[in-house]
Amino acid sequence: MDLDARYLLCPMPVIRVSSVIGRMAAGDTLTVHCTDPGALHDIPAWCRLEGHEVVETRTEPSGDIVIVIRAGG
Amino acid sequence: MENRKRQAIVLLSGGLDSLLAARLMLDQGIHVEGINFFTGFCVEGHTHAIRRDRKDRAVRNNALHSAEQLGIRLHMIDVIDDYKDVVLNPRHGYGAHLNPCLDCKAFMVGRARSWLEEHGFDFIVTGEVLGQRPMSQRRDTFPVVARESGALDRLVRPLSARLLPPTLPEREGWVDRERLLGLSGRNRKPQIALARAYGFDYAQPAGGCCFLTDENYAHKLRDLWASRGARRYDFDDIMLLKIGRHLRPHPSFKLIIGREEGENRFLEGYRHRFAHLWATEHKGPLVLLQGDANETNLDLACAITARFGQGRSKARVRVAVGEPGGLTRERDVTPLPAHALAAEWYL
Repeated sequence: MDLDARYLLCPMPVIRVSSVIGRMAAGDTLTVHCTDPGALHDIPAWCRLEGHEVVETRTEPSGDIVIVIRAGG
Repeated sequence: MENRKRQAIVLLSGGLDSLLAARLMLDQGIHVEGINFFTGFCVEGHTHAIRRDRKDRAVRNNALHSAEQLGIRLHMIDVIDDYKDVVLNPRHGYGAHLNPCLDCKAFMVGRARSWLEEHGFDFIVTGEVLGQRPMSQRRDTFPVVARESGALDRLVRPLSARLLPPTLPEREGWVDRERLLGLSGRNRKPQIALARAYGFDYAQPAGGCCFLTDENYAHKLRDLWASRGARRYDFDDIMLLKIGRHLRPHPSFKLIIGREEGENRFLEGYRHRFAHLWATEHKGPLVLLQGDANETNLDLACAITARFGQGRSKARVRVAVGEPGGLTRERDVTPLPAHALAAEWYL
C-alpha cells in the first residue's frame, strides 16, 4: 500500500501513517512518500514505539523521502 | 479492594513538565500511555523542519521524543477541525494574542477524558504547574479545567499535587500523594534539576508551544479573517501562515514569499491552489498569490517577485506566472525598487 504524505508537516505524516497502518494486517508493507525531513526521525520513532519495522528509507532524486514500513502484530 | 494495575493517560506535549509528570507516574508503577493533540497551531517541528538554514534545531517531534525516553506508547490525534471552535469562540477569551489557553486546556483534557472512557483507563495526568501560566495554570482556573473537561477528580497534576486537593487516584491509593511534588510558579529550576537527575534530554523548558501565543502569527491570522470578511480558516490557511514572508500590497491580494529552498519546496505543494510566481533566469523565491490575480495585481506581484530574487539589480527580470494547477505565462518586468517596498505591506 502507498501513502502520499508529501507537503504535510510534522506530525501529520505520523498521524496519517498511524491511521492507515491500523487497518493493515501484520506483515503488510506501507510505502510512505514525504517531503518533510522531520519524517525521517518521527516515523521511525513512532514505529519503534508501536512495534512496526522500518525496512527501507531512501531519498529520491526529486528530494522526496520514501519510508517503507512493515506492520507489526 | 481491586488490585489491578492502574492506567493513566498523560497529555504529552513534548515539553519538560509533561515528561516529568509521566515519569513520576511510571515511578509509582502506573501503566502510562501518552496522548498528543495536533491542533494545527503547534510550533512543534514544522517550520524548524522546513527551513534548511535552521540546522541548530532538532528535526523531530518532541512528544515522540518524550515517549521514546519514557518507553511508553503515544497516541497522536488530529483535532484540527474540532479545535476551530476553541479558537473562534473561546468562552474564557484570549490571552495576550489569539491564545485561548483556558478553553484549550479544557478542550484537550476533555478529549483525553473521552479517550480514557473509550479505552478503560483510570485517570488523566498533565504536566501543569500551579502559577506557571497566567491564564490556564492558576489556583482558580485549575478547577475550571477539571469541571469543563468532565475529568473532575480523575485529573492529576503530579508536579503541583501536594498544593492541590487530593484527587480520586490519591484518595483511593492508586497514587501515593507523598511521592508527588509541590511545585509552583514560573521558576523552572526544580524541573531542570529533576530532568538532569533522570537523564532526560528535552528540547526547551517550555515546549509544546502554540503559534496563537505569537504576536506576529496572530496579526497574520487577523489579517486573513479581515481579508475574508469572516472569522474562518482551514488547515492550509494556518499552515501557510507559518511559512515565508507575508506581504499585503493591496487589500485585494497577499503574497507569500519563500525565504529559502526548504520553504520554496513546501510552497510548491500549493501551486495547484494559488497563482504562483518565480523568476526563470535568476535564483529566487517561489511566491504564492492569495486573492484577486487580476492583471494589475499580477504586474505588482511580478515586480515584487523579481525584487526578492538575485536579479533584483538587473534592469529586467523574466518572471513566470502559473495559474493554479494550469497554464504558465512569462513576462519581463522591472524589479520593484527597494524604496517602493512599503513597510506597511509586511504582515
